[in-house]
Amino acid sequence: MEFGWKKIDDDMTARWTRKDLLGLRELTADEINFVLETTDAFKQVGTREIKKVPALRGKTLVNFFVEPSTRTRTSFELAAFRLSADVINISATTSSLTKGETLKDTARNLQALQADIIVLRHSSAGAPQFLASRLKASVINAGDGAHEHPTQALLDLYTIRERRGEIAGLHVAIIGDILFSRVARSNIFGLLKLGARVTLVGPSTLVPREFEKLGAEVSYKIEDVLPTADVVNLLRIQHERQRREYFPGLGEYIRLFGLTKQRAKLLKPDCLIMHPGPINRGVEIDSEVADGLQSVILDQVTNGLAVRMAVLYLCGGIAR
Amino acid sequence: MDAEAIRRALRRIAHEIIERNPHLENVVLAGIPSRGVEIARRIAGFIREIEKADVDTGVIDVAMHRDDVGTRKELPVVHASKLPVPLEERTVIIADDVLYTGRTVRAAMDAINSFGRPARIQLAVLVDRGHRELPIRPDYVGKNLPTATREQIQVRLQETDNGPDGVWLEKD
Repeated sequence: MEFGWKKIDDDMTARWTRKDLLGLRELTADEINFVLETTDAFKQVGTREIKKVPALRGKTLVNFFVEPSTRTRTSFELAAFRLSADVINISATTSSLTKGETLKDTARNLQALQADIIVLRHSSAGAPQFLASRLKASVINAGDGAHEHPTQALLDLYTIRERRGEIAGLHVAIIGDILFSRVARSNIFGLLKLGARVTLVGPSTLVPREFEKLGAEVSYKIEDVLPTADVVNLLRIQHERQRREYFPGLGEYIRLFGLTKQRAKLLKPDCLIMHPGPINRGVEIDSEVADGLQSVILDQVTNGLAVRMAVLYLCGGIAR
Repeated sequence: MDAEAIRRALRRIAHEIIERNPHLENVVLAGIPSRGVEIARRIAGFIREIEKADVDTGVIDVAMHRDDVGTRKELPVVHASKLPVPLEERTVIIADDVLYTGRTVRAAMDAINSFGRPARIQLAVLVDRGHRELPIRPDYVGKNLPTATREQIQVRLQETDNGPDGVWLEKD
């Protein structure tokens, strides 16, 4: 005999069965939409007097950041706190990886600690996949090399949906270093699955025509794209890790692709301006544009927290 | 129960709420998704009809407040809660279709408390089928239906189930 909660109706059971979130490439449009709907519920929690729910009480989350990141890590950490999970942070410098331990051994140690959810940031593409297939714990990809950054794309999709109601039919321009950007890749997969038109803009060395095979358009002239865009998503120019042979130089980049005050005048009045942060004021975006009325950059931060709560709940919310 | 019996039961609950709450402006009828939300809406409609007074309605998500995190095999869908704040000085009436173990109601009370501290919380249900596992009792009941635990109560409402209103008792 069963006591307690009555059996959940079919329409009250989550349309999500995945243990892990590794990327947007493998998700269906229905799964993406379900994450966005779930995010609505968790965003509401942030407006309560007590911003904490017991949805993951007793679960242990390990924030395993082999590559440094403050924003994404703290966002996951706060999301876990708000779900009542316990959090351990392990970074590259504190982990035994620097002492020569392999990723697999580190993972097995995390498993031995009975971690329920592992949030992994790693410089190698595929590292989350590697852990996910070997561990019982849920693995959430918080960025792997130039491969994917699914929660960033989901929060971008959520922010667009929140402002524009629907994503299908919108024209989204992603501007900057597309080739080395996991944010761009995850966004391209997500946006196309939900029916948006995507144009990638940047220097030809950083925006190879290869991306057209995914279904995106490619342009090397920002002025051609801005007038029809409903959303512009500016990627951070990671000048500290740009290689000379790909990157034209900061001054030339700003001249050709920076969203200056002057260029922003080409945008439709309701076009949203997004940026995954941290922003380089005066490089990919002018200060006045970043702080202007069309900018939803801070909404992205708030929504990131809600999206991560949703993802942690969906992957880690049942007994495995 | 057929559609007419449901209508009468909810109308009677509306009368009882009016009788027990002289300050209707302080009442918030908060439904538990998905059928509880519809029940709250209908009771509010009857109160409007009877008293010409509008009462606030709301939605309480219980999924994120459940007590079976470590054991459940199915993941419940979460919904966005919606309650008017501040709740201080107000009477929140939780509305749901079936009262069974009482665990949903406990979760709902937890959720309400994260919004603030209402003056009082009451409970209105269409059907009370018994088998409580927690010390919880309803303030307003549409119908008491004694059941065996292996039986299932199925409430259907036009708005949530695309069919005629009704309450069914399914054996096994």
